Amino acid sequence: MNALTLWFHRLGSPPTFYAFADRWRPWLLWSGLLLALIAAVWGLAFTPADFLQGESYRIIYIHVPAAWMGQFVFVLMAVSGFVALVWRIKVAEIMAIAAAPTGAAFTAIALATGSLWGRPTWGTYWEWDARLTSTLILLFLYFGVIGLYRAIEDHRKAARAAALLSIIGLVNIPIIQYSVYWWNTLHQPSSIQVLEARSSIDPSMLWPLLIMALATKLYFGWAALTRAQTLLLEQESGKDWVRAIVTASAAKQGDMA
Amino acid sequence: MSAVPSAVCAAMALAKRDLRVLWRRRADAVNPLLFALIVSALFPLALGPEAKQLARIAGGVAWVTVLLASLLSLDALFRADLEDGGLDALLVSGQPLPLLAFVRLATHWLTTGLPLSVAGPLLAMMLGLPVAAAWVLAASLLLGTPVISLLGGTLAALTAALPRSGIVLSLLVLPLTIPVLVFGAGAVDAAVLGLSPAPGLLWLGVCLALALPLAPLACAAAMRISVT
Repeated sequence: MNALTLWFHRLGSPPTFYAFADRWRPWLLWSGLLLALIAAVWGLAFTPADFLQGESYRIIYIHVPAAWMGQFVFVLMAVSGFVALVWRIKVAEIMAIAAAPTGAAFTAIALATGSLWGRPTWGTYWEWDARLTSTLILLFLYFGVIGLYRAIEDHRKAARAAALLSIIGLVNIPIIQYSVYWWNTLHQPSSIQVLEARSSIDPSMLWPLLIMALATKLYFGWAALTRAQTLLLEQESGKDWVRAIVTASAAKQGDMA
Repeated sequence: MSAVPSAVCAAMALAKRDLRVLWRRRADAVNPLLFALIVSALFPLALGPEAKQLARIAGGVAWVTVLLASLLSLDALFRADLEDGGLDALLVSGQPLPLLAFVRLATHWLTTGLPLSVAGPLLAMMLGLPVAAAWVLAASLLLGTPVISLLGGTLAALTAALPRSGIVLSLLVLPLTIPVLVFGAGAVDAAVLGLSPAPGLLWLGVCLALALPLAPLACAAAMRISVT
């Protein structure tokens, strides 16, 4: 077994995963916040205004990274759910559930910013356009996954049911992706092409956007790991490693008092 | 151990048993139809009896009504079997579980989707949908209701163990069936406006072609999760 697979196997054990999350969380949070600050200041103050949309286009620096994250997190949740269903790894179950609320929040932000931008640009807050509708469905699917997890009492069974639902909900992702090409409705196609050299966005506007996209991923990593840690402590309570962590942190607080 | 009967035999036996159970409770089986009838009757009462307006929305009303009516019947699809151990028996029968799941979903469609596909166009015509568009509605329902049964049945298997699964099930099924509703109602709308209904119907065909092989697999996985 090579080092990477061994590391991956070790990560499946809750105490190792907890320590791993403890190590990475501060880095993820602070680098994420710093990059978000850089991207926001750069995008809002130092990029040129758009030729057609004027200043209102600047919401792209929030809207597009949030929309990307909404879909990215759903795929991640489904992949983690698949791992959980096939190999019955508890940490994978917990990661899938821990990812859901942040993904839902990003989707909600994408919908809200899009609708605020649509008012001056399209002249309407909301239109039953294919991409808007499919993104709204994505939000409902997040709610469905979270709701199903909460509705079943046994944690592991709940996680497996939610994982299966997220895999079923995966059919919505290509629909969101291609909705702007399949249906010729209001939402414009993406102006950013990663693989093809026909991006229609100017490089001076692109860089802050990419930095913000990276920042949202780092922030998501922090949020998901934090939630996963809490879920692990809750579900593994009574195990020795949890007791050790709780006593250690209680002793620390006692020292400070 | 005695010889395990062939998969086809088992599937036939399950189909026969499901249909017999349904026949013994045939009063329950009619309920979705009555529900659809009453809901469609609510629209003229709420919106006023203006014929032109009703004719314009009749197709969409029929689709929403059919969707809600099939949702009502989904809730009980696996519940009784889970409670009396019938689901465990299916799991340990040694038969391919996706096949059994498919039989269960197919009988659901046969006993709710099919009658609703026949009733839907009649209800829409009651609201003044033109006959030509009613044929399109019938075609769209025949393509769309199996998808509702397949998807909804899978989620019903997933929520069977919940104490009050009805509301959770609706919250899970409705978002996932929105595409079916959009394509189905869109095809009828196109026919009313004199456009070709083909794109909507073809998209429904795509949904069905995807759901037909995948849903039984997902449903089998859901049954396993619910039983453990």
